[in-house]
Amino acid sequence: MSMPTNVLDTVAHATGQTETKTYREAISDALWEEMERDESIFIMGEEIGVWGGTYAVTRGFYDHFGPERIRDTPISEMAIVGAAVGAAMNGTRPVAELMTINFAFLALDAIINHAAKAHYMFGGQFTVPVVIRTTTGGGRQLGATHSHSPEHIFAHFPGIQVAVPASPFDAKGMLKTALRRNNPVLFVEHSTLYQRRGPVPVDDYEVPIGLADIKREGTDVTIVSYSKMVEISLKAAEQLEAEGISSEVVDLRSLRPLDKDTVLESFKKTNRCVVVEEAHQLYGVGSEISAVIMEEAFDWMDAPVQRVSTADAPLPYSAELEQSALANPSKVVAAVKAII
Amino acid sequence: MSLTPEQRLEAYHLMRTIRRFEERCAELYSAGDIGGFLHLYIGQEALAAAVKYATRPDDNVITAYRDHGIALAKGLEAGRLMAEMLGRTTGVSKGRGGSMHLADVEKRMWGGWAIVGGHLPLATGLALADDYNGDDRVTICLMGDGSTNIGYFHEALNMAGVWKLPVVWIIENNEYGMGTSVKRASAVEELTEKARAYNMPAKRIDGNDLQGMVQEIGEAVEHVRDPENGPVLFEAVTYRFRGHSMGDPERYRTKEEITEAQRRDPIFLWAEKLIEDGVATQEALDHIGTQVEEEVAAAVKFAKESPLPELEDLYDHVYAD
Ligand SMILES: Cc1ncc(C[n+]2csc(CCOP(=O)(O)OP(=O)(O)O)c2C)c(N)n1
Ligand SMILES: [Mg+2]
Repeated sequence: MSMPTNVLDTVAHATGQTETKTYREAISDALWEEMERDESIFIMGEEIGVWGGTYAVTRGFYDHFGPERIRDTPISEMAIVGAAVGAAMNGTRPVAELMTINFAFLALDAIINHAAKAHYMFGGQFTVPVVIRTTTGGGRQLGATHSHSPEHIFAHFPGIQVAVPASPFDAKGMLKTALRRNNPVLFVEHSTLYQRRGPVPVDDYEVPIGLADIKREGTDVTIVSYSKMVEISLKAAEQLEAEGISSEVVDLRSLRPLDKDTVLESFKKTNRCVVVEEAHQLYGVGSEISAVIMEEAFDWMDAPVQRVSTADAPLPYSAELEQSALANPSKVVAAVKAII
Repeated sequence: MSLTPEQRLEAYHLMRTIRRFEERCAELYSAGDIGGFLHLYIGQEALAAAVKYATRPDDNVITAYRDHGIALAKGLEAGRLMAEMLGRTTGVSKGRGGSMHLADVEKRMWGGWAIVGGHLPLATGLALADDYNGDDRVTICLMGDGSTNIGYFHEALNMAGVWKLPVVWIIENNEYGMGTSVKRASAVEELTEKARAYNMPAKRIDGNDLQGMVQEIGEAVEHVRDPENGPVLFEAVTYRFRGHSMGDPERYRTKEEITEAQRRDPIFLWAEKLIEDGVATQEALDHIGTQVEEEVAAAVKFAKESPLPELEDLYDHVYAD
């Protein structure tokens, strides 16, 4: 499946030459370039070294950077994050890789109680410049335990930033930002986006964490989404265009900080909103965006905010059944039509 | 590694300071000046003092929420510690942490941490960073007996073992995790056995014997400082004289058990030894007691006179940049 052409608009943010890279290459390049630039960065995680990374993001790293900087760990999620936090407190910049976000549940305490709170709890005495990289997403017939998209849960907590890039451009630029600042960042990659291609600047660049991006301009409805759901939303927008409905697609790019301004500005123009998320609906991003719009743009509302989410059931194995539970372009189209 | 007569007196001063500091904390808690959870170190002072003399000042120390004693031993000022208890801006953590979260990065005291076992991988990480940067510091990680039953313990020790990191793990076995005795909580009663699984030398030591611990821990610290060697573990057997935290009904033990344990009060044992060895007279020790009384009183005064945080500063330090 090829990337919808309008995603190329992101490049408007950069100057100069671009080259086409996959999402995987973009992330890999960000890590590689930053490790070359800054010796205090090292990576630790399961199967990242000799194996080359379960999603091949760190392939070739072990041979180039060596076992001190590319540290294969035991299967110890609590200690991977915990030790990375301790090392970050004490003058290094660890990247802790969790094979998938499903295993981040085991490290919930280390992420929420320690990565996110240590700076605050000791009155700012030390910083925790750790980047926790992981992959999210369902749709691969991995069953209920391996198909979660719970990034919004982490975004609930002050003290951490949650990046959810949808394009190679954003992934590389945001990861560079994460590696150059001093906040703990949960960097959530989507497991089905690694092959996607897109333009990436040849020159060094950063994309701020906390700034949403308009991935497609439109006038009739605002579709808010993030990560893989941006692609779904853009496809829906194309279908809607064929029917004469103009959609603006807002890619949040990070769940925390949440860029309310971009969402509200778009909404005040279109007066209608659909949120597309890969998580279940209850207490999610859709709920949050709905609340923000109601609180801050009530007078601009022409219709209730719609939410397209994953069905309220564990994700099943059987392919068609699983797909039926996930958001897709036709569900988004239907949600838009329901309010137009 | 043996202590000079001056150090022996200084150690006595330190242990008396911890004891008095804790007693004053208890009073201030009852008076409503200290809130939250308060865990006293009374009965366990010898270990904090031992760590002071067994390490270099730039070695890292990290511990759980029962952290007042080791914070004082690490050289944090009593006034700023008390100010933290009272939630003042002059507190070591600017009133954001409270009793359970005492740190001073300059003194390489990396905090008390309130999630049982949560600081163990942080210790692994502190040591990893030093190892990575080529610094020859050692990390001392104190923990309760209860934390050896939590998953973090196994992951953190194993990882430190695999990477041969310079950590000295010290279990403070005070016989209970809240109201649950070691016997009722751990399948092995000798907690040192757990280190075997991580190929770590381990030793049970008398947690009330200051001189013995300085010797044992001191040697271990220098052993661990050699990057070839990897971590070691101690189980310091001691006893907590007060409840787990304030308001513990203590239904899990008898008065007799406590009285019996108090016969091995580490401060009393140390005083006896100092007199026996002719290092101090009873009068000299009493004089130290008077000094301590004044110092702790000054700490309380400083804390009480310190300002509370401004409400508009609530959002300070949520993010670093
Ligand atoms: C993960 C976790 N579970 C439960 C608690 C509640 N709790 C606080 S202290 C404690 C007992 C710990 O005992 P031990 O490790 O022996 O330390 P001690 O209090 O004796 O110093 C418990 C269960 C906690 N803080 N963290
Ligand atoms: Mg205990």
